[in-house]
Amino acid sequence: MPQFLGFAKTVMKNLFSKPVTTSYPAEPKVYPERSRGHVEINIADCIMCGMCMRSCPPGAIEVKRNENTWSINRFDCVQCGYCVEKCPKKCLSIVPGYQTPDSKKYVDTVTKPVVEQPAAAKPAAAPAAKPAATAKSADAETKAVAEAAKPVAAETKPAAEAAPKAAE
Amino acid sequence: MPKRSIVPFGPQHPVLPEPVHLDLVMEDEKVIEAIPSIGYVHRGLESLVQKKDFNEMVYVTERICGICSFMHGMGYCSAVEQIMDVQVPRRAEYLRTIWAEMSRLHSHLLWLGLLADAFGFEALFMQSWRLREKILDMFEISTGGRVIFSVNKIGGVLKDMPADMLSSFVSILNDMERDLRETTQIFMDDYTVKSRLVGVGILTEEDAIRRGAVGPMMRASGIEVDMRKTGYAAYNDLDFQIITSKDCDSFARCQVRIGEIFQSIELIRQAVAKIPDTEISVPVKGFPKGEAYVRFEQPRGEAFYYVRANGSKFLDRMRVRTPTFANLPALSQILQGCQYGDVPLLILTIDPCISCTER
Repeated sequence: MPQFLGFAKTVMKNLFSKPVTTSYPAEPKVYPERSRGHVEINIADCIMCGMCMRSCPPGAIEVKRNENTWSINRFDCVQCGYCVEKCPKKCLSIVPGYQTPDSKKYVDTVTKPVVEQPAAAKPAAAPAAKPAATAKSADAETKAVAEAAKPVAAETKPAAEAAPKAAE
Repeated sequence: MPKRSIVPFGPQHPVLPEPVHLDLVMEDEKVIEAIPSIGYVHRGLESLVQKKDFNEMVYVTERICGICSFMHGMGYCSAVEQIMDVQVPRRAEYLRTIWAEMSRLHSHLLWLGLLADAFGFEALFMQSWRLREKILDMFEISTGGRVIFSVNKIGGVLKDMPADMLSSFVSILNDMERDLRETTQIFMDDYTVKSRLVGVGILTEEDAIRRGAVGPMMRASGIEVDMRKTGYAAYNDLDFQIITSKDCDSFARCQVRIGEIFQSIELIRQAVAKIPDTEISVPVKGFPKGEAYVRFEQPRGEAFYYVRANGSKFLDRMRVRTPTFANLPALSQILQGCQYGDVPLLILTIDPCISCTER
């Protein structure tokens, strides 16, 4: 008899309780704050030192100092966070949101915007803007300045532009 | 003499999550001898020490196993810390202990589910994994990963758990303990479960020693062996008794693991109560030179790490002896004389982790 009661209790509980699972994708998954989804870069603070590239265990990051680009193959990245730990300027961060699947691997490239050095400012005031980063044409220069003005756009836009190049 | 035949078992089999092959020498339905062979998922992680520097190896060792990944990272880090003579802050050791015990909880719940599935009790399998899900969520909240945690580093841990997070975890575990009592009661009392487990796969005390079994396998044969009692990490501050059973059968192994689930919850509670407020890591300079070994208790048993360093950034040698590797001889012992239908169940009672074994 006690066994039957226990059984009846379980049945009633299961009939009238909410499901344990969520109805994904109708109800989107909320990731906790610390979730290691993907690596993001605040390119404006990057000094192109290449520490992340050298420390990355699967070798997913590539930093090209002469081209002023930072690129990551998100399909190789294992989200270990070692680059974030190693970054001397703390411009890398690991944020929630996983890489979505794709039919072919691609590389995300972020170009560091070239900040034009104001003539009045002291040379030490803008160490990030190196003389080597002089723009090839006046057109590119103005574009870069515009990008520097809105860093959020600068992060995504060149990435989209550079992706087909990397695929080539 | 009846005719003998050899039945190949695995590497692909519904009960096996990972590939291991057994040649079963059969006499009718009875297994006379079982010869295990491995080598289907060898990844050469030990030889990666020549290509990845000793800091990057932390992330490689974590990937030896998907279930005890935290403890692999912890074992490797403590071996290198021993070589470099690094004193890890006490808080980091407590955090490692808490995460290690959470890993044990999640591993044992996974095992209970797999065991239930092996003897065909689907509902019990679902219940065990439902409870396990909460532990994975706790891992995600505290470390950012559900399976691979990447919180260990040489010299401490990378992430701290604030006091409110720790207390919320304890309250989740308190609630979970009630559910766990209900679920584990079925394993302990149910007639159908007992009919599959009691008296099946006897590993006597003598055999357990002779075959060098480790972990719950050893403890279920009545031998008090638990590396946590050696007092690594924060275990020397915590109060616990080694859980053993004298029955030596599959049911005893189930009993020991269920006992350890509640023990882990208790250890987490104790650790949260005692955790000191210090730094979580110390800076580590230079390269390791020398050799060290550590022994520590994983959910499946004792694991052994040996590291030899030559003063450069690449290690000379790293050797991992995982618990399943040590339990395979015991497996071939318990399979001798069993019924063919019990083979999948007996393989599960050693809690096999083949990826660990092959590295």
